[in-house]
Amino acid sequence: MRLSVNANVKRYIPIVATLSLIVALYFIGVANYSGFSNPQLLVNLFISNAGLLIVAVGMTFVILTGGIDLSVGSLMAFSTMAVGWMTIEAGIPAQIAVPAVIVLGGLNGALTGAVIHYFNVQPFIATLAGLFLYRGLTFQISTHDISLRDVEFFQWGMERVDLGSVSIPNITFLAFGFVLIAFCFGHYTRLGRTVYAVGGNENSAALMGLPVARSKISVYAFSGICASTGGVVTAFYIKSANPLQGVGFELDAIAAVVIGGTLLTGGYGFVLGTMAGVSVLGLIDTIIAFQGNLSSWWARIAIGALLLAFILLQRFLSKLGTGSSTSVLTTRGGDEEEPDSEEPRSMDSAGVR
Amino acid sequence: MLKQFTGTYARRLMWPGLVLVALIVVNIAFTGFGFLTPEIVDGRMSGPFVTVLRNSVPLLMVALGMTLVIATKGIDLSVGAVYAIGAAVAVQYLATGSQNSLGSVLVAIALGLGVAAVIGAWNGTMVSVFGVQPIIATLIFMIAGRGVAQLITGGQIPNVADSSPFVNLGRGEILSIPLPIIIGVAVCAVLMVATRRTAFGVLLESVGGNPKASRLAGIRAREMTILVYLICGLLAGLAGIISAANIGGADANNGGLWIELDAILAVVIGGTALTGGRFYLLGTVFGVVIIKLLEVTIINVGLSSQWQFTAKALVVFAVALLQSPQFRTWLTKPFQKKAVAA
Repeated sequence: MRLSVNANVKRYIPIVATLSLIVALYFIGVANYSGFSNPQLLVNLFISNAGLLIVAVGMTFVILTGGIDLSVGSLMAFSTMAVGWMTIEAGIPAQIAVPAVIVLGGLNGALTGAVIHYFNVQPFIATLAGLFLYRGLTFQISTHDISLRDVEFFQWGMERVDLGSVSIPNITFLAFGFVLIAFCFGHYTRLGRTVYAVGGNENSAALMGLPVARSKISVYAFSGICASTGGVVTAFYIKSANPLQGVGFELDAIAAVVIGGTLLTGGYGFVLGTMAGVSVLGLIDTIIAFQGNLSSWWARIAIGALLLAFILLQRFLSKLGTGSSTSVLTTRGGDEEEPDSEEPRSMDSAGVR
Repeated sequence: MLKQFTGTYARRLMWPGLVLVALIVVNIAFTGFGFLTPEIVDGRMSGPFVTVLRNSVPLLMVALGMTLVIATKGIDLSVGAVYAIGAAVAVQYLATGSQNSLGSVLVAIALGLGVAAVIGAWNGTMVSVFGVQPIIATLIFMIAGRGVAQLITGGQIPNVADSSPFVNLGRGEILSIPLPIIIGVAVCAVLMVATRRTAFGVLLESVGGNPKASRLAGIRAREMTILVYLICGLLAGLAGIISAANIGGADANNGGLWIELDAILAVVIGGTALTGGRFYLLGTVFGVVIIKLLEVTIINVGLSSQWQFTAKALVVFAVALLQSPQFRTWLTKPFQKKAVAA
């Protein structure tokens, strides 16, 4: 009994921590900097980070299955570049180029997912190939920037809708659309629930007759679609394509997912948590920009420190609730016994068994 | 017993060895035998292949550490950042003090290596004491590390003057052999002796194969893990210092960028599986030289340097698939069926 109560409360502690962090960061900003309370600032978080939000949503599902996708940063840069090259150099209308790169991203993801599932290649290595491949292809398209400023199609993204005190551009609506679809998919569809089951325990899921292959392949395909859409959003946002854009972007996406409360071991997390994680990253950048005299590298250090805090919090919670020897969160294969654990383990274990 | 051991070892090294020979042959075909033969100019060994070896040393240091970490079923993503931090600490110390005294150079190297070792030990502690998945534990410093390096250098690229003894670490030579190559061979030798002639290697394979069983057998698995990550951090710092000495400066942003990926690739090419337990240091050496040789080969056969990413992607893909038993079964299935039908 005690276990189930603990587990229910425990579920929400990381996300509550993230939300408190957002509130705290926001009020620190409001208290210290004039102009921080402008509601437009909150919208701006999801304008400059619209691409990150979309990519991180895709990454959330990959991580939920216990995988990882390192190729998103390169795929994103490739998509921006490919769209730019097709519309400017090859004369293909953007209406065709944009769906084409998104389909390509999805196909690449599906292929990666199939390799990971059927050939049992580690997700880390399989997506590492994508990281190199798409960065290479991006450089081969062009080593220079391609400007999209004069293409009429790319004006649509930053066209704003006025809502009284704030105005929201189309790319932000697009990002929110992805969050909404992903949220409904993850929580209310059969395939979405299968993703959670596969992440929890792939063998059990397979033995229960769940479509493991289909869910793993769709997850990587979705991540690919998200990454190339992120690239298109970048084209909308900065209206140019840069071959070095998005270096290390996969790390930001992973950080947003983890800070959003999703377990990197899989099986547990929320799409909306990822949105909160992106807000945290955005708020840190905003505060550093408002402070003015802080250099950009403080953002990296702050994100690293936050990651550390959240990972240790998750470890602590996993020890607290289920007792270490049976914990699903115990990730080190054999180092399972924790002599430093002060929990009365025998009691908890009895509760589990 | 010994014969059997060398037998499996040789078989493991056959494929990377063949690839290495093939790459050398391609280079000779395109640029002539001068590619391979070193010549001594101004008391210094030079030549295309010597340059490849010399440039391989930083990656080799990182990849050797990575091999040991992977042997414990782990992975260290932070090596690129530790590389940048090690270089930043050493060069910043020299740039703000007296560069030309041997004493301060030694202090700078010791400081850089010390900081790198501390970060490595911290990664190991996260993995073994807190029980965090290695990929996540080391992700923290992968993200924060370059920020720390920039913090140390103040966002600048600190320089060391050519007159400082420090630069000899990257550019100097002893008996006309480039110093980085000597360091590389020495580190290889120490690690190979330590892992093949002392209990360290046996304990390492045991911890990687099954940490729980090792612990029950009385091996201090926790301390072993910390030590291995410490060595990996130390070697990453050393790699950063060697290349900083070669360039004469420390670039916190771009120094060692993507070196963790190259190092993991080198380890995998060398035949060490990511599943832990077995490791092949000599295979890793082959893997490192293959990667560096590949970069040169692309230029020599007349392709633009942009092709190197694509080539690496193909290598990753091929190696990952060839190491997958499922893929090998799938590949050989049609032939087996035909054989049965016939």
